[in-house]
Amino acid sequence: MSENKNPEVLLKVENLKKHFTPHMGLAASLGKARKVVKAVDGISFDIKKGEIFALIGESGSGKTTTGKLVMKLIEPTSGTMIFDGEDVTSIAKKQLEAYRRKVQMIFQDPYASMNPRFKIRDVLEEPLSIHRIEGDRARHDEMIVKALEEVKITPPEEFMTRFPHMLSGGQRQRVATARTLILNPKMLVADEPVSMIDLSTRAEILHMMKDVQRDLGLTYLYITHDLSTARYFADRIAVMYLGRIVEMGPADMIIDKPLHPYTKALIDAVPEPESGKVDVIKELPISGEIPSPANIPAGCRFHTRCPYATDECKTLPEPELEDIGGGHMHACRRWKEI
Amino acid sequence: MDKILEVKNLKLYYHTSKGVVKALDDVSFDLYKGETLGLVGESGCGKTTTGTALLRMPTAPGRYDGGQILIDGRDIIPLPEKDVRKNVRWEEVAMVFQGAMNCLTPVYTIGKQMLETLQEHRDMEKEQAEELIREYLGLVGLPGEVMKRYPHELSGGMKQRVVIATALFLKPKFVILDEPTTALDVIVQAQIINLLKKLKKTFDLSFIFITHDLALEAEVADRICVMYAGKIAELGTNAQIFGKQGPMHPYTEKLLAATPRLHRKVESLSFIPGTPPDLIDPPKGCRFNPRCHKVMDKCYVEEPPLKEVEPGHMVACWRLEK
Ligand SMILES: Nc1ncnc2c1ncn2[C@@H]1O[C@H](COP(=O)(O)OP(=O)(O)O)[C@@H](O)[C@H]1O
Ligand SMILES: Nc1ncnc2c1ncn2[C@@H]1O[C@H](COP(=O)(O)OP(=O)(O)O)[C@@H](O)[C@H]1O
Ligand code: SF4
Ligand SMILES: [Mg+2]
Ligand SMILES: [Mg+2]
Repeated sequence: MSENKNPEVLLKVENLKKHFTPHMGLAASLGKARKVVKAVDGISFDIKKGEIFALIGESGSGKTTTGKLVMKLIEPTSGTMIFDGEDVTSIAKKQLEAYRRKVQMIFQDPYASMNPRFKIRDVLEEPLSIHRIEGDRARHDEMIVKALEEVKITPPEEFMTRFPHMLSGGQRQRVATARTLILNPKMLVADEPVSMIDLSTRAEILHMMKDVQRDLGLTYLYITHDLSTARYFADRIAVMYLGRIVEMGPADMIIDKPLHPYTKALIDAVPEPESGKVDVIKELPISGEIPSPANIPAGCRFHTRCPYATDECKTLPEPELEDIGGGHMHACRRWKEI
Repeated sequence: MDKILEVKNLKLYYHTSKGVVKALDDVSFDLYKGETLGLVGESGCGKTTTGTALLRMPTAPGRYDGGQILIDGRDIIPLPEKDVRKNVRWEEVAMVFQGAMNCLTPVYTIGKQMLETLQEHRDMEKEQAEELIREYLGLVGLPGEVMKRYPHELSGGMKQRVVIATALFLKPKFVILDEPTTALDVIVQAQIINLLKKLKKTFDLSFIFITHDLALEAEVADRICVMYAGKIAELGTNAQIFGKQGPMHPYTEKLLAATPRLHRKVESLSFIPGTPPDLIDPPKGCRFNPRCHKVMDKCYVEEPPLKEVEPGHMVACWRLEK
């Protein structure tokens, strides 16, 4: 067991894997061979205390599965997870409960995660009841008001008597954040928290989340497919492709000086609000779509879409993450030439 | 250029039990042959309602409460449903609904679904129809063998291509695309945008492209129509909206400022505080006044008309009144 001695690191993930094996019955009924889905296939990263760490990638790259592993909603196939110096890879039920108080999750669709018949007050009291937090109604109300104030839902007393459907998308996401804060967590896992919110108000929610993070010294794992928000919201970014991290580093470095051809392609594809492009067919460095994680290409798993792939990329073992300085890491054999 | 669509003072209200939702309130614009017109605005501003209104398929309890929709000079609003079904909907106007790619019937092959659509409208032998289907799949960059596949065997990008091919089938005069790339990843989105540009160029097609993302309109739209609270706030060419001078309506200004730019580092991301209004009881005067950073006394009293401020550039804002 590799104990983490660095006090700066809150979460250390080492060679984490999650392979899904389909049920025999299901595979057979579909007339298919039983194939293992390698959703997360050996990822390692550290998240420092007070840091916002973003995981980005196309859908199917394994981001949500990683989030669930970190939340301990699912068990890893292999690998280790050290949280606050403690190995949490396989912990007993009792400790799991304590862990779940320290690590909270914000979902993509806040509406789906709230009981529509609950008033906002009850939505916020639910975690207190689940975790059997001591206190009478008045004490709980105090905690609820404090959490709502933290996310700038004012006046809190007025909102406490409303139902979720009476709130705007942004307000619901605030309430969802308040609900996680009420348990005084150390870390929040936010899986696409703003992707269902209008572009025009996304930044408002992200600002709020950042304020909360600073006020309370929280640490975030921010999962998104949106590079633009990741750049401003996150301190560091890890780019995932088919269950692996292919590039990782400080946010500005990743966007301004990407090293991996996949990161480059993602960045090139982002539309910019500028004139003069209507009659131009955009050059896209990569074609096709992400392959199935049940059928991961040999060698560098990106080689089937990579414009720079050579025979070596197909036959040699997969490149590992390599640090070129300043914490900027990539996993591309040909990074210098491209 | 030929004007193929003229929308004049269109009003479409939803008559709900809670009140009348003025989803489209005096909306006028044109569409020319071979152009892509972008409809942009936050959710709830009336973009989808515009699409379904043009398709002569407003959702209940929506009703045309005024105005005209002229396709090649003929108003389609008063036409009997039988006529619309035979000659207008899908024949002249087609629409790719938001999320349509996820509404393909799971138990039928792509070929069977496309064949059904085709045979509903055309008297065609099966073989001839299949030939046509193969041709259209080719146009959207898919191999003919996709006909034999089921929706779950296709990726998101492939399904969206199938949906686009199906909309083009009957050679409509224009196609409305409602958030066609919102559910797709950025690389696939760029591939679909490229496809639309190629189709437009090759066949001189006309599109109405609906999205809440101004950056996408900059990529695809020749002209951009910015909607706010059931009205047009600004309408201009791509160069007028995205060029040096920039947009003129405070709403468009804010919408553009709130559009994240990956390649240009800014201090922080900006946003528009508040939400679009409830259209049962929209604000008096300019509907944008509660959120406007340039609001004046007059804005609370009188509604600003949509006025031409330079050739082809229309803005509805009292600030531009000399
Ligand atoms: N419970 C599961 N059983 C089988 N496959 C799964 C399961 N959960 C996720 N997957 C597969 O794992 C891959 C990664 O999924 P996910 O982690 O949701 O990616 P992302 O969040 O990046 O879109 C996908 O191909 C998905 O279909
Ligand atoms: N079927 C309906 N019944 C009642 N109100 C509706 C219906 N469809 C849309 N609306 C309302 O009409 C307004 C415009 O909606 P919509 O056209 O869907 O906007 P957008 O596509 O820009 O998000 C919104 O206020 C919406 O709530
Ligand atoms: S009319 Fe007034 S409130 Fe409306 S956009 Fe212009 S300045 Fe703002
Ligand atoms: Mg996900
Ligand atoms: Mg819509």
